[in-house]
Amino acid sequence: MSAVFQPIAARPAPVKLEGFVPWVRRNLLSNWRNTLTTVLAGALIIYWAPTIVNWLVLQAIFKPSAEACQAARGVGACWGVVAEKYRLIIFGRYPYEQQWRPEVATLLLLGMLIVSCMRAFWKPWLGAVWVAGLAAFFALMIGGVMGLEVVPTDRWGGLPLTIMLASLSIIFAFPLAILIALGRRSGLPAIRTFCVIYVELIRGVPLISVLFMASFMFPLFMPPGLSIDVLIRVLVGITLFAGAYMAEIVRGGLQAIPKGQIEAAQSLGLSYWQTQRKIVLPQALALVIPGIVNNFIGIFKDTSLVTIVSLYELTGALGLALNSDADWRPFKIEGYLFITAIYFVFCFSMSRYSLWIEKQVNVSKTR
Amino acid sequence: MSQALPGRTPPKRRDWSWRSQAFRGVIYQIIAIGLIAATVWFLAHNTMENMRVRGIQSGFGFLGGAAGFDIGETLMHYDALDPYWKAFLVGVLNTLRVAIVGIVLCTILGTLLGIGRFSRNAIVRGLCYGYVELFRNIPVLLQLLMWYLLFTELLPAPEEPVSFLGLFFLSKGGFAFPMPVWGLGQLLALVGAAIGVVVAIFYRRRAISRFEETGKIPHVFWPTVATILIFSLAGWLIGGAPTAWNVPGSGEISVEGGGTVTPEFMSVLLGLVFYTSSFVAEVVRAGIASVPHGQIEAAGSLGLLRGQSMRLVVLPQALRVIIPPITNQYLNLTKNSSLAVAIGYPDVVSISNTAINQTGRAVECIAIIMLVYLTTSLTTSGIMNWYNKRSAIRER
Repeated sequence: MSAVFQPIAARPAPVKLEGFVPWVRRNLLSNWRNTLTTVLAGALIIYWAPTIVNWLVLQAIFKPSAEACQAARGVGACWGVVAEKYRLIIFGRYPYEQQWRPEVATLLLLGMLIVSCMRAFWKPWLGAVWVAGLAAFFALMIGGVMGLEVVPTDRWGGLPLTIMLASLSIIFAFPLAILIALGRRSGLPAIRTFCVIYVELIRGVPLISVLFMASFMFPLFMPPGLSIDVLIRVLVGITLFAGAYMAEIVRGGLQAIPKGQIEAAQSLGLSYWQTQRKIVLPQALALVIPGIVNNFIGIFKDTSLVTIVSLYELTGALGLALNSDADWRPFKIEGYLFITAIYFVFCFSMSRYSLWIEKQVNVSKTR
Repeated sequence: MSQALPGRTPPKRRDWSWRSQAFRGVIYQIIAIGLIAATVWFLAHNTMENMRVRGIQSGFGFLGGAAGFDIGETLMHYDALDPYWKAFLVGVLNTLRVAIVGIVLCTILGTLLGIGRFSRNAIVRGLCYGYVELFRNIPVLLQLLMWYLLFTELLPAPEEPVSFLGLFFLSKGGFAFPMPVWGLGQLLALVGAAIGVVVAIFYRRRAISRFEETGKIPHVFWPTVATILIFSLAGWLIGGAPTAWNVPGSGEISVEGGGTVTPEFMSVLLGLVFYTSSFVAEVVRAGIASVPHGQIEAAGSLGLLRGQSMRLVVLPQALRVIIPPITNQYLNLTKNSSLAVAIGYPDVVSISNTAINQTGRAVECIAIIMLVYLTTSLTTSGIMNWYNKRSAIRER
């Protein structure tokens, strides 16, 4: 019995867990039920996909010709309606020759929004940039300076109006929300009660009733003889509405700050406002940025309601463009899909940004 | 800790000087109340003045006068000669109808979609994700308008409806479905079902106490279902087992008979359900994801099956996370039902809008809208808070 070295059989190579084939095996064909689901869902997709692709792209009419669109009805989409009417849909009733002005103004506003979303630019001078930018925005939109023709606000419309209403109401609602949130956590009962009533009252009613108020009741509130532009009234209404929701978001952030922070600030001799400004708010606001972005998405979608009080933002401008035109009216659904795509692009990218910024502000906690 | 240091008297609570925080607080509050009162007085004064100048009458007296307009769909008897308050009541009922049906449907759809996000099948996961991202990023008003357009333009005319199995009819006139002819049997069946629910609750209590005594898990689900079914069946049989159904049929100019819902109702309902269910799906997904994985592993090591651990361990814990945000979604759905005004479904906002245009009493009508929604919101959140408290963890 001589001990001959006998190597045991080599272990088999580990089962491949990465890559396409193992992924398919794990996610689509793991057991018979899973496989059945895959087959059924796949069959449905294969059954429907050609019809949808055909309608959307292959058989669709892209040139602005009503006859061609009529001929392709039921078979292909009529994107010609967008090609024909996009200026009216996007800019509303703004004078045709002057439409470069809302275009430039909106790009400016969008640029400022994008810049404000980047952390590198969160500096004190950003506020000054916003003041200057908004001044330029209104100068371009209203006109009357540098030889620009004056355009009254009732001619404003379309996408510029949507973006303006959403961003301005959020910007104005922000300081209001901070004050209300601080008031709701204040130790002074009268101020706390007032803030609670404001928040619960506004959050308990739909936006449409606030807009009705802005459109029917605000004129009655003002001293006789003073009339305020409907755009400003609606803006005030949306701001008050957004402020109540944002106040609750900010309050959530305030509650997340440990009490020790405030006590430490007090023991250093800081006053109430110093404590809030230097200790509490910087931490709380960083926490609530994702919530505020989500609130902005909500308000961006809700601006579509101003159609009901006859301001022609994107949704209203579509009706304006198509309702009175018998040739193109049958293709309203394509028009709806077009503005749906615009809303979707804006909202979806903002919600991605909200997820990203949530990770960014949590970086300090997840080491 | 709360004892003052020896040798130092604690400061007096009320000190009438500017250096006392309490005193400053009182001053600030007096200033705040004064400012608010002044603003309210200013607005009220202006409103009175404006109304006087424009000759607008005020007060709720108009509610007794004849409304003078017809309403397309009503849950109770109403005609144009009825007073305004009855028109408002019809509107409130219509709002509640679409809100309640919508809440039930969006809970079912949203829960399925939320659970679907955890499916082992990648296609199902992808479809659920796509649905959620698509529907929650499009304004609900736009969705309502698109559904309405689909219903009014693409569906066939009422003369030649699409029929399913000869029982359900879909056309521009709405959706018609068979309805049982209401009689004693149906009433008794309902009573029977109610008794069944009470009996089932008692059975459940006993089952729980037996479980706590013996440790054996008794059957609960099927006996509950069986009890309710048997009692309602018994009620139906006692009532003479009526089998009459009012089946709709394709008539000369429209679908006749059966129960119908209008295209307006369907558009509002579908728009709200598709929009809100995408939010509910996210809430459910977040709730399930919030249960630590150790809980499932612990359940497995105790010998619980996959279904049991889902039912007994994961869902009860997820529910605590889910309830508050889902309440918010229910309230949002109720408030969003006010968008019905855009497509002419006669909810309370549409009725108020008509009333404002006819009588000019904007203040009163908007007050009614706000009151209705505030009441529903506060009631819903009250009920949900009660339920939330019941399902909360009992801490010592």
